[in-house]
Amino acid sequence: MKLNLKIWRQSGPNDKGYFDMHSVEANEHMSFLEMLDVLNEQLISEKKDPIAFAHDCREGICGTCNLVIDGRPHGPQKGTTTCQLHMRQYKDDDTIVIEPFRATAFPIIKDLVVDRSSLDGVIQAGGYISVNTGQAVDANAIPVEQEVAADAFDSATCIGCGACIAACPNGSAMLFTSAKVSHLGKLPQGKVEHKKRVQNMVAQMDKEGFGLCSNVGACEAECPKEISLDNIAFMNRAFIGSVLTTED
Amino acid sequence: MKLDSKVPEGALAEKWTKYKSSMPLVAPNNKRRLEVIVVGTGLAGASAAATMGELGYNVKCFTFHDSPRRAHSIAAQGGINAAKNYQNDGDSVFRLFYDTIKGGDYRSREANVHRLAEVSTDIIDQCTAQGVPFAREYGGLLANRSFGGVQVSRTFYARGQTGQQLLIGAYQALSRQIAKGSVDMYNRHEMLDLVKVDGKARGIITRNLVTGELERFSAHAVVLATGGYGNVYYLSTNAMNSNVSAGWRAVRRGALMANPCYNQIHPTCIPVSGDYQSKLTLMSESLRNDGRIWVPKSKEDAQAIKEGRKTALDIVEEDRDYYLERRYPAFGNLVPRDVASRAAKVACDEGNGVAPTGLGVFLDFSSAIQRYGLQEANSRGLSTDDTNVTKLGKEIIKNKYGNLFQMYEKISGENPYERPMKIYPAIHYTMGGIWVDYNLETNVPGLFAIGEANFSDHGANRLGASALMQGLADGYFVLPYTIGNFLSTQIRTDKIANDTPEFIQAEKDVKERLQGLIDINGNQSVESFHKKLGKIIWENGGMSRNETGLKKGIAEVRALRDEFYKDVYVPGTISEFNPELEKAARVADFMELGETLLFDALNRNESCGGHFREESVSDEGEAKRDDNNYTYVAAWEWNDGQDPKVHKEKLKFDNVELKTRSYK
Ligand SMILES: Cc1cc2nc3c(=O)[nH]c(=O)nc-3n(C[C@H](O)[C@H](O)[C@H](O)COP(=O)(O)OP(=O)(O)OC[C@H]3O[C@@H](n4cnc5c(N)ncnc54)[C@H](O)[C@@H]3O)c2cc1C
Ligand code: SF4
Ligand code: FES
Repeated sequence: MKLNLKIWRQSGPNDKGYFDMHSVEANEHMSFLEMLDVLNEQLISEKKDPIAFAHDCREGICGTCNLVIDGRPHGPQKGTTTCQLHMRQYKDDDTIVIEPFRATAFPIIKDLVVDRSSLDGVIQAGGYISVNTGQAVDANAIPVEQEVAADAFDSATCIGCGACIAACPNGSAMLFTSAKVSHLGKLPQGKVEHKKRVQNMVAQMDKEGFGLCSNVGACEAECPKEISLDNIAFMNRAFIGSVLTTED
Repeated sequence: MKLDSKVPEGALAEKWTKYKSSMPLVAPNNKRRLEVIVVGTGLAGASAAATMGELGYNVKCFTFHDSPRRAHSIAAQGGINAAKNYQNDGDSVFRLFYDTIKGGDYRSREANVHRLAEVSTDIIDQCTAQGVPFAREYGGLLANRSFGGVQVSRTFYARGQTGQQLLIGAYQALSRQIAKGSVDMYNRHEMLDLVKVDGKARGIITRNLVTGELERFSAHAVVLATGGYGNVYYLSTNAMNSNVSAGWRAVRRGALMANPCYNQIHPTCIPVSGDYQSKLTLMSESLRNDGRIWVPKSKEDAQAIKEGRKTALDIVEEDRDYYLERRYPAFGNLVPRDVASRAAKVACDEGNGVAPTGLGVFLDFSSAIQRYGLQEANSRGLSTDDTNVTKLGKEIIKNKYGNLFQMYEKISGENPYERPMKIYPAIHYTMGGIWVDYNLETNVPGLFAIGEANFSDHGANRLGASALMQGLADGYFVLPYTIGNFLSTQIRTDKIANDTPEFIQAEKDVKERLQGLIDINGNQSVESFHKKLGKIIWENGGMSRNETGLKKGIAEVRALRDEFYKDVYVPGTISEFNPELEKAARVADFMELGETLLFDALNRNESCGGHFREESVSDEGEAKRDDNNYTYVAAWEWNDGQDPKVHKEKLKFDNVELKTRSYK
């Protein structure tokens, strides 16, 4: 199939950027990123500048790939990362618009590659359990109810891709942050630091330039790991709780 | 050069404990003055950097990824072993040690492997305390499964995402140290050279991948935790950016590459579908518990399937060759990875393969669906007519493997509940790596290698769920202590300056090397060279190797390398964000490593573990080890493009008897 690609090009963070048109011959078995590989080989053979895009595992687990495809972070397929999208979703002569994840906290490095270190900043502010190597008790000393563990696991599956932020009109990182808060806060091991963790991580979100949450819900809809809005509710309860308790 | 393994004296089971308590310590005030560079933030690097930060060292940690959390470890699926014996099924440290030595086909060091088995239990405690959500039983205790053909249940797992959860745990521990200031984290910094001063490893040269700027970093010691080199084959299950350059640059500066021909080929991956293919996807080994592997008996049927004139369903039972069940009646579809992989190759080489490329075999769940369906119908007192049995059976299979089936369908576009999956072996893991002693120190003083980057624990074949164990053992529980042996001798050494002639020269070397790649300004893309290299290595140094092929491969790699330096095209400049330049430097190093790999395979005229030499087989055509001549580690020295030189470390077995693996 022949595809028409309208792709965002931007040489650096301070460049204005523009859309460029390309066409590429693809087949239905290719992954979306393999289709871009083919385009890049074509550009290189013409000694033109290939399109920069981010990727690594190509299995939907590392969280590196980050394209907005026809207006949707990670494209049209529910619960699927960009790298897992395959060309059988498309047909001959389709036009596809490809852009980077856009958010104030994600400056563009080049073309479709953005800087997401702001997410690391949020984790560094408290997204951990404070236990040094060698301090742990026997793993079976603290039984954890199966449902509790499963619930925490659902939150822990976040791959840190930032689609939730790109989807949000406010560029808020509530879904990402609350997923970490819920993962740790629901487990007995992580409860001790829960309130402090929430305060610190929320404060850091602000500092990193993420916006406020106004309950739009676009984050959940676009999250490739289907992280639920319930995580935000869980975090809000702790946040309100922590503000009240520290004020008195 | 004499390779001293520095294995401590004493009884096997007591070596580590005694050694640990007699190792020289570094006082806290001195730790603060000592700097350590850790390259890599996978399981090995992140755990090592975090732990050394906690201990009070000054750590500088590097990754070429945009965040430490993206390391390739994130993709591991199946699980992590530990000799906890929570299931009370007779597991023990000795049994895990024994299984690992035997699984490695008696080509690893006893003392290292025993230590690995000892610390395995601490890993599970540590990770659980960090919040890693391992699978649990109804009672809330940790669950285990049996994995990779061993007789006990010692594998801990976190759904099909064990690597992800373990890495997130280590990443969080690392993040905590970054926030505390004990670890300085450098993302998107690629190590492009090792700097030695007075024979000791004292620093690295990195390229900032965003700006292209070259930087010099110094420290008292350097740790490489840079992963495996499976991508030398181009197509592998490794992440796209995994590469050998950090390790290879260390080899260029005098470290040794040990056993590079020991590579693990995983039997159950989704076959290649076309030449645009960029990587291969693993389907978990657990599928072989219920799937039966077969190809059509006749070449005509195979041809018809390849051309789409027939499907698997058109081939009746009598016309199918369940070749693993036929050749290995005792283990059947559950033979170890290397055996299953080679058998698939044989079937396809004989012309009975089924994918459009001819390189694929069927993994069929229909028997399991029928069996489970019938059991379920009977136990629930439901109708046992065909439709009902099939429906019930599919539900059971879905509960067990639903996510894998879904992944298969996303990639192949075929529904594996209706038609058998097609699978083919692919490169998955590299047992070979930088040579290290018992302290995980290389032959270059002050240079250490941990995780998949070293060669240490898996011999000629790695058992399932043991790489995660080794990465975390090295990073959390071994290196942070053994590095003290070296650092305790450095407490009087001031901060290492990074503007000495050695650093300046190394930076200049890197700059010239990179600029040289751009200046070639040829006509072929980096990717096309990588593909060609992969093909040569796969064909001659893949599942089955022989002298003629290996010699041919070496000549071809050398010719390709010449062509590369004449005709590669790398766009852009060195002082900007330039992924093609990154790839070019990596492919250049893969060429040299690839050549060394073939030399190693040529030198080792025996079949052991993942290394199968056609000249060394039993009367029945099975792999035959040659313990008299090859019970050694082959550690290779790069020789400036001439034939590399081998150094040997003899392996001694005092606690296990060397036996032939048999799966008949
Ligand atoms: C699909 C798949 C499934 C697997 N499943 C399992 C399993 O179930 N159980 C199991 O035990 N094992 C499994 N393995 C193997 C296991 O995942 C790996 O062996 C292990 O994770 C390697 O960890 P590591 O820390 O050594 O290296 P990696 O995780 O590869 O990390 C390497 C790090 O080094 C950095 N790096 C490399 N070079 C440079 C450089 N030049 N400059 C700067 N940084 C650099 C990278 O950025 C990265 O941070 C699996 C492997 C694959 C491919
Ligand atoms: S919550 Fe979902 S969309 Fe947001 S970073 Fe995590 S996985 Fe990505
Ligand atoms: S490339 Fe890893 S999630 Fe897409």
